[in-house]
Amino acid sequence: MGSIVVDVMLKPEILDPQGQAVAGALPRLGFDGFTDVRQGKRFVLTVDGDVTDEHLGAAQEAAEKLLSNPVIEDVVSVHVLEQDSAEQDSAESDAAASEDGEQ
Amino acid sequence: MRVGVVTFPGSLDDRDAARAVRECGGEAVPLWHGDDDLKGVDAVILPGGFSYGDYLRCGAIARFAPVMDALVPAAQGGLPVLGICNGFQVLTESHLLPGALIRNDHRKFNCVDQRLVVENASTAWTSDFEAGQEITIVLKNGEGGFVADEKTLDMLEGEGRVVFRYVPDAEGRNPNGSYRHIAGITNERGNVVGLMPHPEHAVEEGYGPSLDGRGFFTSIIKQTLESAATA
Repeated sequence: MGSIVVDVMLKPEILDPQGQAVAGALPRLGFDGFTDVRQGKRFVLTVDGDVTDEHLGAAQEAAEKLLSNPVIEDVVSVHVLEQDSAEQDSAESDAAASEDGEQ
Repeated sequence: MRVGVVTFPGSLDDRDAARAVRECGGEAVPLWHGDDDLKGVDAVILPGGFSYGDYLRCGAIARFAPVMDALVPAAQGGLPVLGICNGFQVLTESHLLPGALIRNDHRKFNCVDQRLVVENASTAWTSDFEAGQEITIVLKNGEGGFVADEKTLDMLEGEGRVVFRYVPDAEGRNPNGSYRHIAGITNERGNVVGLMPHPEHAVEEGYGPSLDGRGFFTSIIKQTLESAATA
């Protein structure tokens, strides 16, 4: 089973009140070095079997039609969730942790 | 005169909108999000609320409800449609109206009696007002900041498609950070109108800040009766 990641961000010129709220909270925790925060959305679309070009094309279309609003947002990335990548490692370790929890 | 009021999962003000239609002399017809049937109504209201929990983006999932498959082409063909609050968000997500609504710039939920200036009194929903008239109706939203690129904003203003503007406060601010104080807009033809404030909460003595909301409903009722008489 493969997965596709779709990342969506507000366009740079659109105000991001949520990002601003996060930016306001960071210094209170001692994180003083960040001058701006923009908050986006990540979707993980899972398919049966390996991800094909057709799946990727459909994901791109879905990203433009439903997952983002082109008036205010950009689809910044549509890519296969790689088995060996850090994001997959992190997903696997989360899964392992929850399995441990069940036992 | 039959005005359809759509109920989506999470709609909040559908009953108030239907009541406002009846108070102003029309017949309110309930329409269901899951039916691609407009039941032959003369006009449609998309009400306020939190359709589909406002998940993904406000109005984004409602836009693909079966009833919208019937409504979008009908609106493009001239059927009068009024989107109030969440309904306005559905209209922008449907691209029946340009721009988008984002979270209020101050990040707080608004619930206020709001002064507006009617800038365009020639749409299907505003003909009972005078251009330049000031009205006060309820505004209640968390994501009511109207945004669009400069070109679109210039186009809306140039074509007289800004229907309502917020009266800014003493510091020159409007209640949600809307660009150019825009509270409501219309399409090129003037049959589709969307606004964040709620006319349906200002139609009855003793409830709401005024009776200024009645003009929306009397406008559409009169217009439909007149066009029926000349047909």
